[in-house]
Amino acid sequence: MLHVGNLDVWFGLPPAQLVAVKGASFDVARGESFGLVGESGSGKSTILRAITGLIDTWSGDIRVAGEAVTGSRRDRTFHKRVQMVFQDPYASLHPRHSVDRVLSETLHLQGMTDIDSRITRLLEQVGLGRGFRFRYPHQLSGGQRQRVAIARALAAEPELLLLDEPTSALDVSVQAEILNLLADLRRERGLTYVMVSHDLAVVGHMCDRLAVMRGGELVEIMSADQLRAHQAQADYTSDLIGASIGYERA
Amino acid sequence: MSDHLISVRNLRVSFPTRSGRFEAVRGVSFDLGRERLGVVGESGSGKSMTGRAILGLVRPPGQVTADRLELDGDNLLNLPERRMRRIRGGRISMVMQDPKFSLNPVMTVGRQIIEAWRQHNRASRAEARQKALEMLAAVQIRDPERVFDAYPHEVSGGMGQRIMIAMMLAPDPEVLIADEPTSALDVSVRTEVLHIMDRLVRDRGMGLIFISHDLNLVSQFCDRVLIMYAGRIVEELAARDLHRARHPYTQGLLNSLPRLDQRVERLAVLQRQDSWREAEILPPPPGGL
Ligand SMILES: Nc1ncnc2c1ncn2[C@@H]1O[C@H](COP(=O)(O)OP(=O)(O)OP(=O)(O)O)[C@@H](O)[C@H]1O
Ligand SMILES: Nc1ncnc2c1ncn2[C@@H]1O[C@H](COP(=O)(O)OP(=O)(O)OP(=O)(O)O)[C@@H](O)[C@H]1O
Ligand SMILES: [Mg+2]
Ligand SMILES: [Mg+2]
Repeated sequence: MLHVGNLDVWFGLPPAQLVAVKGASFDVARGESFGLVGESGSGKSTILRAITGLIDTWSGDIRVAGEAVTGSRRDRTFHKRVQMVFQDPYASLHPRHSVDRVLSETLHLQGMTDIDSRITRLLEQVGLGRGFRFRYPHQLSGGQRQRVAIARALAAEPELLLLDEPTSALDVSVQAEILNLLADLRRERGLTYVMVSHDLAVVGHMCDRLAVMRGGELVEIMSADQLRAHQAQADYTSDLIGASIGYERA
Repeated sequence: MSDHLISVRNLRVSFPTRSGRFEAVRGVSFDLGRERLGVVGESGSGKSMTGRAILGLVRPPGQVTADRLELDGDNLLNLPERRMRRIRGGRISMVMQDPKFSLNPVMTVGRQIIEAWRQHNRASRAEARQKALEMLAAVQIRDPERVFDAYPHEVSGGMGQRIMIAMMLAPDPEVLIADEPTSALDVSVRTEVLHIMDRLVRDRGMGLIFISHDLNLVSQFCDRVLIMYAGRIVEELAARDLHRARHPYTQGLLNSLPRLDQRVERLAVLQRQDSWREAEILPPPPGGL
């Protein structure tokens, strides 16, 4: 479903150039759920943004369902097929558009009919009642905004969903509901996920395989079983697993 | 001077909506000492609003009332904006849940930190720059010089969070309200950032309100925890006793956590009860706190 080969992504010009992703390669099969974890600033969001066409300074090979993409141009079929939930839901929601407008615009754009009943269903799926339909982003809590962003991504009925920290602003009970919903959709519709998260338990629960990143490079790709069994190849991965077991007072 | 840095009684925050007034916070009371006080609870339960109300940051038409809202015995409720501004970012700082949104998008990171610091410190530009770079390094930013000159959209989610923390700690506040301050940080960076807050509480007697949905983290990092549901505090516990929680809502939260050590097919979800909205607050279990 997704092929990323030898991907480099850079920002700015030399000498001040920053190479944020260096030679990243991975494949995600149709119906698979793939995790991206690693250091803050290691290039995880950058990879997702390059795939969706938000960055044009990259080289390498990106293919979605066998079709190569170039630069930052993406056509309508691409956006029908691929949707992204951003790490920063506030910035990705237009401040003057109500929840209703955000969802109905996406549904229209994808040529859907029965908009009204779809909106009701989407809101229900992400655990937001009717009362939220005509609210604006500033009238929502952090987790409620994130759920609107998830509903918008689901509205297009994509095949590949890129999820950047989709539940980091959610309390664990709502997180459980969203993760169950994503698991159901994957089973029922064969959706493919690439999911960035700092929470190894979430990644272990949701993903079949995961890549560990540090300083712009993929340091290893492992299975969720290996993660659970603490079978890491790279020292960095071992540290990460160790640190996620608990916080110790200084 | 009282023992409590912050004292809140019967705090209420409400908003007009199409279907009448909506009460986001419904009679919250607590005291904060020189401690790490965790606040957990469901999305939309009023955690951020409680923090914003303390800082006078609830925007109209939102309305805030309280029988008491004090910092070190000084009233904070309905202070003129000019005085509130001096307290905000001076004596009380808040790390917002949306750090990148709270940063000024058209000013470099370095300038924003310097401005925050110079509001409360006299220093030359060179000194202030040095101090800002040190603060970025302290929150584990790998290349402080680059980030100093970057604009907020040029930094990652977790870097934005750390920049906000550095800025909020710059004025050396008496109280820090940290709203999901580490949700975008990998665990090793998170540990370092928590150590910084830890030291400020221990060595300088800062009071910390730590809003988080990470129950394991709260139970390990904090001293005491308040659990909020639908705008009220439903349970109070010593942090180390979080796993002995008695309220069905708190127990439900604990059960819905994914686990790293074993596979579960489906995560447990909460069956919310209407009675939780009104029930009296559960005190700590015997022997606790
Ligand atoms: N528009 C940009 N201009 C310049 N540098 C950028 C830009 N966007 C990202 N970067 C840099 O690229 C690096 C990788 O950022 P990225 O957002 O991909 O990290 P991340 O792995 O998602 O981190 P986090 O877990 O903190 O969100 C960072 O050093 C960041 O400062
Ligand atoms: N301007 C507003 N008008 C109406 N309701 C509002 C407004 N701002 C916030 N609310 C509501 O107030 C409630 C409490 O919001 P708050 O931001 O405190 O939640 P929270 O506990 O921090 O949740 P989260 O964990 O999702 O961040 C929410 O249900 C939210 O929808
Ligand atoms: Mg990111
Ligand atoms: Mg909040």
